[in-house]
Amino acid sequence: MSGSTTLAGTVGAAAQVVLVAAGSPLLVGVMRQVRARLEGRAGAGVLQPWRDLRKLLRKEAITPHGTGPVFRAAPLVLAATALVAAGVVPIATTESPLDGAADLFAVTALLALGTVALALAALDTATAFGGMGASREMTVLALVEPTILMSVFALSVPVGSTNLGAIVNSTLHEPQRVVSPVSLLAAVALAVVVIAETGRIPVDNPATHLELTMIHEAMVLEYAGPDLALVEWASAMRLTVLLGLVANLFAPWGIAGADSGWVALAALPLALAAFAAKVTLLGGALAAGEVFMAKLRMFRVPELLAGSFVLALLAVAASFFLA
Amino acid sequence: MTSVTGAALSASLGASVLAASAGAVLPRRIRPVAAGIGTAAAGAAAVVAGVAAMTGRSWSAWLPELLPLAGVRLAVDPLGGLFIAVTGAVAVCAAVYGVGYARPADGHGGHGLDGRTVQAVLPLFVAAMLLVPAAASVSTFLVAWELMALASLLLVVAEHRHRESVGQAGLWYAVMTHLGLVAILAALAGLAAAAHGESFDRMRAAAEGMSPAVRGAVFVAAFAGFASKAGIVPLHVWLPRAHPEAPSHVSALMSAAMVNLGVYGIVRVGFDLLGGGPRWWWLLVLAAGAVSALYGILQAAVATDLKRLLAYSTCENMGLVLVGLGAGGLLVTADARPLAALALTAALLHVVNHSAFKTLLFLAAGSVLRATGLRDLDALGGLRTRMPVTTAMFAVGALAASALPLGNGFVSEWLLLQSLIGSLGEGGTITAVTMPVAVGALALSAGLAVATFVKAFGTGFLARPRTPQAEAAAESPAAMGVGMGAAAACCVALALVPAFTVPGLARAVQVVLPGQDAVAGQVTLRLAAASSTMSPLLIAVGVAVAAAALLALLRFATTWRVRRRARLWDCGMGPMTARMEYTATSFAEPLQRVFDDVLAPETDVNVTPLAESAYLVDSVSYRARVGDRIESRLYRPLIAAATAVGEAARRLADGSVHRYLAYGFFTFTGVLIVLAVTR
Amino acid sequence: MKDLLRKIRKTGRVAEDPPERPAESAPDALRELGGSVQLRHVDAGSCNGCEVEIASVFGPVYDAERYGARLVASPRHADALVVTGPVTRNMEMALRRTYEAVPAPKGVIALGDCARNCGVFAGAYGVVGAVRDVVPVDVEVPGCPPEPEAIVAALRGLTGR
Repeated sequence: MSGSTTLAGTVGAAAQVVLVAAGSPLLVGVMRQVRARLEGRAGAGVLQPWRDLRKLLRKEAITPHGTGPVFRAAPLVLAATALVAAGVVPIATTESPLDGAADLFAVTALLALGTVALALAALDTATAFGGMGASREMTVLALVEPTILMSVFALSVPVGSTNLGAIVNSTLHEPQRVVSPVSLLAAVALAVVVIAETGRIPVDNPATHLELTMIHEAMVLEYAGPDLALVEWASAMRLTVLLGLVANLFAPWGIAGADSGWVALAALPLALAAFAAKVTLLGGALAAGEVFMAKLRMFRVPELLAGSFVLALLAVAASFFLA
Repeated sequence: MTSVTGAALSASLGASVLAASAGAVLPRRIRPVAAGIGTAAAGAAAVVAGVAAMTGRSWSAWLPELLPLAGVRLAVDPLGGLFIAVTGAVAVCAAVYGVGYARPADGHGGHGLDGRTVQAVLPLFVAAMLLVPAAASVSTFLVAWELMALASLLLVVAEHRHRESVGQAGLWYAVMTHLGLVAILAALAGLAAAAHGESFDRMRAAAEGMSPAVRGAVFVAAFAGFASKAGIVPLHVWLPRAHPEAPSHVSALMSAAMVNLGVYGIVRVGFDLLGGGPRWWWLLVLAAGAVSALYGILQAAVATDLKRLLAYSTCENMGLVLVGLGAGGLLVTADARPLAALALTAALLHVVNHSAFKTLLFLAAGSVLRATGLRDLDALGGLRTRMPVTTAMFAVGALAASALPLGNGFVSEWLLLQSLIGSLGEGGTITAVTMPVAVGALALSAGLAVATFVKAFGTGFLARPRTPQAEAAAESPAAMGVGMGAAAACCVALALVPAFTVPGLARAVQVVLPGQDAVAGQVTLRLAAASSTMSPLLIAVGVAVAAAALLALLRFATTWRVRRRARLWDCGMGPMTARMEYTATSFAEPLQRVFDDVLAPETDVNVTPLAESAYLVDSVSYRARVGDRIESRLYRPLIAAATAVGEAARRLADGSVHRYLAYGFFTFTGVLIVLAVTR
Repeated sequence: MKDLLRKIRKTGRVAEDPPERPAESAPDALRELGGSVQLRHVDAGSCNGCEVEIASVFGPVYDAERYGARLVASPRHADALVVTGPVTRNMEMALRRTYEAVPAPKGVIALGDCARNCGVFAGAYGVVGAVRDVVPVDVEVPGCPPEPEAIVAALRGLTGR
């Protein structure tokens, strides 16, 4: 590895963190806009989530009586884990200096850590809604885990590594692998996981006002001002990172690979643009799909997740028997 | 032969005996302190001995006079050293903690734990646990094993005067542990007979030439015996009974040190003495481990008794360890030795990690129990402000137990997953079928563990107190804090720089798989068998840096400097009471519903109408209980059958002398006939 | 799904073109919200006439979301309360507490004649008074019920868009 590759990797990692941090609210804006247009509405514009965040930062923070350090720290932990994940996941470059620090397992576990922090904060408020949200979120998390690990398993078998950079690089070198049954099955399974993890329809409705149907929203009912800004921003970043993960695991084209010298640096803007395009496309598709679906009953969600687990298991089996 | 290992181990055993005698003779006032210091010293010396053995300073001794007929044969190799070191470390934490725990609190705790029996037996229990991995002959091993069982039994029933359930738990434990002993005795005696010698060296040498049937029988019997000690489903039934009822530092010793010795036994007999075996052995181990992991964590997820939850979590973690052992054995048969070494390293590291966090969790649970008299999560809550130290300690342990990054459990589960994933291509169809299922079981148990420990910490320690007892809780004495702190420090060290254990673990694995170095790297863990890497320290630094940057950013970007304290949002009405909180039961209800086919919860709704009309309700009572299904479906019928056989056997002895004479006559004739036919 | 898709294509955009931006502007304290106002709706004793109009304000035709206004589920997330109806005795404390729960800077919209001056319920035994008797009111929207255009205009005054 030459010095400038490392430089390109570092710059790339920094750039992708900045892109995710700045761009994720825009992605949420795009998704809301798509939905609004399909419903015949005009929509608030893609900048609206950023306006919301700016406004929240200008408001006062509230510490409800009876809450403690867990409640205070949870938004920070949530956002910090999302930021670290954004630095590790191959978004613009496969040569992130953090790539060796956390593989795909570690990234998903890190995101789970953020969820756990938020669930504990919700329990800390001692409100019925907080407990309800935490309980449901943890149930979904527990059932999502097998699918995630199984999909990782399927993807890592042809590569012999669970490191994200390695998986993406190998797909770049053998593009025909993308249309293999392994890859397709794992893609569908991971997509279900992403929907469940980010609390989208049909698992959870991010726009609901009805506490009894909430999962994620019920956990953050007590947050106000800058705390809420962190939570919303972190949720947007998690959505972006997870969608980006799916995009680059199955369609990594455009990403800056292990080129040497200034070529790698020059490839970065293109990589960032390609990533933005891919994630916008995925996000738009997700939002459009949501228009056609209703939220599932809480106790139908396990069936959906079990289905995705079976797909992932098939992917693993295919990776062995079709290899 | 003298060496650091031998000297330290002897010092440790000596200190235990001194501590035991101090516990037996000193007056009550200074008894816990003297015995506690002695036990802690014994533990510390054991750590030194174990670490010395793991750095390659093996030691052996032969004391022919100590035990009649057989003599005592001791040998400490790196594998035994690992278990000695772990046991010693747990003993240090538990002993220091015990000094404070034995002191009566207002109203609760104490419970005569400063009595002679407990104070004298606890050091002996530690000594016995240190002797088991040091034993190098069948007789020494069995004596140490039985000493350990008896000592722990006495400690389990220490509080039998205070709660009726203690006696029941003791009975279950006594029966299960002795059935286990019978299995181990049969296995080792059979092995010794086939090897014509009872020293481990002789057996190791002779195992190669034995017939597969003998080896298989020995392995299955030994596995059953050791699995019952390790709390592997379906032999786990004693564990969720005995661990909650034992005094908490004893629970910690049992759950974090004693169950490990079951794992030790499986490794020692299966890998070392028998030198590995055919595939089906390891499939058996793997299957038992996977079932245990899933069943254990499912029960833990719906448990509301804090210590019972922790006991089931032990079933889960030992199950994970067995998955690693089983995968290791399978990979050896597939001749994938680097991967096998990785699986074994992962399993042993998980033993170490589990001991660290389970000690911490049981000690913290004991601290709660002492302060409130409660183990029921549904009745706890709000301990964060009342017991800040205990809460912080439990948080560290819960993070580790939920196998999330920044906790130590994550590191070993990551290694285990890597070994399972890497083995898909090795060993043909059988691994290709087994490994995905094992990964699925592992993943589900990891996910459920997260839910379980969010529940335990969130409902038990955060939120609001649900009962007056929880409201009146006060922080525990300093000695208990120190004991917990030591365990927490181990957890943090293992979480951030797990690499420091790698050389020792590698030597322990090399006892059974010579020449393999599975894991390398200081900050970033690198694997010999796969190209995956992971760095717990860098992840932790990354999260810390990101959090600091965000704090700075917030300071810069926000306009309001003061946080307002305000009422909870109670929908405008209120006040919110503790009755409105989610309890542990309600938290686990969705999971219970999802898995009701496995858990088979019993619910009972009773509606009493008013006398005037059947449509007007006077009162509704609702009862829900999640029992251990294996206990009710497997053990209850067995116990019923045994009782029936016993009843029937009574008819054989009706007191008639004629009948007894007839028994004697017919038996004698029968023996003569048999002899006549066979000779 | 095919039917739905066809319907979406056939219907196209339902939202009416936005009228001229109203002249009235937000109170100074709320001006720094900058184009984003989250609303918590409190029904202090309304006959639900106003609620019907609020529903249509956030429906596709008037689409108040395009001006940066949105209804939220918790007062902690809100910048302003939309209060309808005269304040009844049972809702007085709830209204006060909801107001307290909103993080500063915050505002209150009294929506409809009942909220402004108790309307036909003035003097009823269960009525405490108008909204301004209980919490400070920043914007009032007259009408029984107010027309959606009027509500939209008031909201646009707050969001400044």
